[in-house]
Amino acid sequence: MKFGVVIFPGSNCDHDLIDALKRNTGQEVVELWHKDTDMQGCDFVFIPGGFSYGDYLRSGAIAKLSPIMTSVVEFANNGGYVMGICNGFQILCESGLLKGALLRNNNQLFVCQNQYLKPETTATAITNKLDRDKAYNFPIAHAEGRYYADEETLDELEANNQILFRYCDKHANVGGESNPNGSLNDIAGICNEGRNVFGMMPHPERGADPKLGNQDGVAIFESIMVSLAVS
Amino acid sequence: MTEVTVETAKELGLLPEEFDLICEELSRTPNFNELSIYSVMWSEHCSYKNSIFWLKKLPKEGPMMLAEAGEENAGLVDIGEGLACCFKIESHNHPSALEPYQGAATGVGGINRDIFSMGARPIAQLNSLRFGNISTDRTRRLVKGVVKGIGDYGNSFGIPTVGGEVYFDDCYETNILVNAMSAGIVEVGKTVSASADGPGNPVYIFGSRTGKDGIHGAAFASKDISEDSMDDLPAVQVGDPFWEKLILEATMELIESGAVVGLQDMGAAGITCSTSEMSAKSGTGMSIDLDKVPLRQDDMTAWEILLSESQERMLAVVEKGREADVEKILHKWDLMFAQIGEVNDTGRVVFYRNGELEADLPADHLVLGGGAPVYEREFERPAYMDKIDAFSTDDISEPQNHKKVAKFLAGLPNIASKRWVYQQYDSMVGTVNQSTNKPTDAAIVQIKGTDRSLALTVDCNTRYVYADPEVGTSIAVAEAARNIVCAGGIPSAITNCLNFGNPYDKGVYYQFKNAIMGMKAACEKFGTPVTGGNVSFYNQNTEDGTAVYPTPTIGMVGLVENQDYVTSLDFKNEGDVIILLGRDVASIGSSQYVSKFHGIEFSHAPHFDLDEEYDVQQLTSRLIRTGKVESCHDISEGGLFINILESCMPSGFGADIKTNQSERTDVYLFGESQGRIVISVKPENLPFIQAELDASDVHHKVIGEVSGNHIFVDDEDFGSVLEYKEIYDNALEEKLGLLEKA
Repeated sequence: MKFGVVIFPGSNCDHDLIDALKRNTGQEVVELWHKDTDMQGCDFVFIPGGFSYGDYLRSGAIAKLSPIMTSVVEFANNGGYVMGICNGFQILCESGLLKGALLRNNNQLFVCQNQYLKPETTATAITNKLDRDKAYNFPIAHAEGRYYADEETLDELEANNQILFRYCDKHANVGGESNPNGSLNDIAGICNEGRNVFGMMPHPERGADPKLGNQDGVAIFESIMVSLAVS
Repeated sequence: MTEVTVETAKELGLLPEEFDLICEELSRTPNFNELSIYSVMWSEHCSYKNSIFWLKKLPKEGPMMLAEAGEENAGLVDIGEGLACCFKIESHNHPSALEPYQGAATGVGGINRDIFSMGARPIAQLNSLRFGNISTDRTRRLVKGVVKGIGDYGNSFGIPTVGGEVYFDDCYETNILVNAMSAGIVEVGKTVSASADGPGNPVYIFGSRTGKDGIHGAAFASKDISEDSMDDLPAVQVGDPFWEKLILEATMELIESGAVVGLQDMGAAGITCSTSEMSAKSGTGMSIDLDKVPLRQDDMTAWEILLSESQERMLAVVEKGREADVEKILHKWDLMFAQIGEVNDTGRVVFYRNGELEADLPADHLVLGGGAPVYEREFERPAYMDKIDAFSTDDISEPQNHKKVAKFLAGLPNIASKRWVYQQYDSMVGTVNQSTNKPTDAAIVQIKGTDRSLALTVDCNTRYVYADPEVGTSIAVAEAARNIVCAGGIPSAITNCLNFGNPYDKGVYYQFKNAIMGMKAACEKFGTPVTGGNVSFYNQNTEDGTAVYPTPTIGMVGLVENQDYVTSLDFKNEGDVIILLGRDVASIGSSQYVSKFHGIEFSHAPHFDLDEEYDVQQLTSRLIRTGKVESCHDISEGGLFINILESCMPSGFGADIKTNQSERTDVYLFGESQGRIVISVKPENLPFIQAELDASDVHHKVIGEVSGNHIFVDDEDFGSVLEYKEIYDNALEEKLGLLEKA
């Protein structure tokens, strides 16, 4: 199996993700440079967090125009697995691979903290090993993480079981004070209708190293291994 | 060109005798460009002319030192397994006081460039911030701007902010302090020097274009802040963290390629400083064609280009013949670059614009350690110290209600949680911060690929330094070491950021000189050499001439050799025994209790004994290495009560403690006597620990146990940990006036 991690100028969670993938899957991980179009035969492509091209315009607005994204979109449209984390989620929404948008947090401030999430579906390639009744600690770090979509889209996401995670407290109670940014329906992550494109604001790669005292993210990498072994 | 006289020199901030020195060296009168260059190179900021005499007395040698103070842009310490840690702290006070967002942001940018221009990849950042009265609009605006500036720059650049301190005291109302620290890792032997070896080697500039921003920034930093300072606004630079990130990656690849001979970032005094310092270091010279420098605007004169402090620029000396390799890497990262000149063996830096010779100066004469002047200023014990001597604990009547004091202190901005601040910083990017889920006295950062960690801290209780500059500065070093020891580390070395008032004020210079002597004594005792840092004078308000508290911020790096030694501050188990290490001396002076609860400005520094402090730290370190210490936390602001509270809050456990009946309860609970550490151990390990303690010369005492979820003092219920936590967590936001709106 081969994982690809896209690298934009300004990506800064790229190597955290590469470390986490290598440690938790033992598989080959290659870097996909933004100026290239070659997907190098990857089975699963990640778009990491950071500030692609500085994100001075609107997060992800420039990245969607890059050569590599043309290939990523094509790869996804052919059924390939693509997962965006934080800035990667913003880029996938900008590219049209996922619906909705990420707006500025409702308090207008950047927020970095440990954050509990409740898995809403185990019927995906990245959540099949997760426990739906458990609250997972996936840290967040973003200024633009407030998920927004029109009502019709939200209904569709809910009806099709496309919500991956919702923000919750440590007892898995969803919403209220535990929603850190004002996301609609407390949404922290979604997938597309074809269930091969995933986006989430929280960072599972920040909870995947015993030395950091948080291994909740490991379940995501285990899920991915299970689904790639099957497919 | 303007005709140059001694008056011109004075306008540029040079002294008449300095103008004479320059004329003598050149055997002619300098032209305006040359005089401008001297004015920045000999400004306090670049030359350290009023501080270097004393700075040279600081210890800079140690078994772990790979580069000594002044040798390179930042200090370099051996951390084992073929790796070195490169670290430094720097101030950005004056720009931040005028334009908090950009001032703070560019401070972060500058300190990180110092680290990666040596070839080390930054892995962690810290900062030390000091503001005035928290309830004034000015302070609130500055706090918001500075925090957002640090956050936006650091978050985008992608290096975690893992620690720091924030204080509020009225003396910083006009002149806030913004000190930023960065630490990076490099393989031993793979560092790059800021030198210009090899005549004939091409000189490149890369990064951002050069504009008119920040001209005379170095000179501006060497003046008092006043009403007129707003006229200096163009002296504040504008930062771009995205460019900095690209420059970081390109620099790492350039160094790896082996094509770069020498490298320096452009900070204060831009092209002037980097070309002359690199040349002086190698005893070479440079010929620079200013027409080749990529400019942001066309109408720039030679001196504007020379003195521009546009951010995110680097100067590289490249091995002749390797130009194509270098340009390929710079193209890959889409960076602006140009070959602007070459190294020669003349010992002079020469600049051309439109084919005309604009400046021709001896490199060595411009720089610190070369021809730059060195002054030993006069000092005199400041008058306010008499008021400090007059203080007596008996001046303070013991309050009836100690619980009221406890709650007041838990909600004091100088003590309360800084959550509102640190949540705006990405503290977890890089997946190295081990303190996120394990609160520790010093930030613990893993060194990937090894079983080791770095312990990092910034500390300075400036009220102590104000009360007694020598003892207070020793305490700052001791507290930094104590934090590292409590977290499980062994102190390695320090960097310092010396923020003082006007050095021509004899009282200020007395503070400065004594602070250095206190630092020297403590650094020698702890075996922590000074690797460098910076001096920021003129931190005072010209309106009434009052200086800020003398603020020698200490940034310390320590090493944790083994993951098992990382020790957090939170209580772990019901029933664990709480032990106080260190002599319990009734000492109340300069505590937050005295200064903020009782409103007493002048009181003596707390009790401090350097030898006893060292022994307590050594013992603590030894106990941690037995694996039988559950929690470890030092006593600092707020005294023993706040120490216990801070160990209770993360897990929600309570504590039952007994005071020393021979001492006033308020002094015992809230006094800040130094050299004290609180540990907790499991009851079954107590005999072992007790034997270790009894075998040592260190004073120690079992003071209570972890119990329930309330804090009891001498059987009196002080309230639930939860109610204190509410106060502690929300106080800062509340006092910044941010909660009312919600």
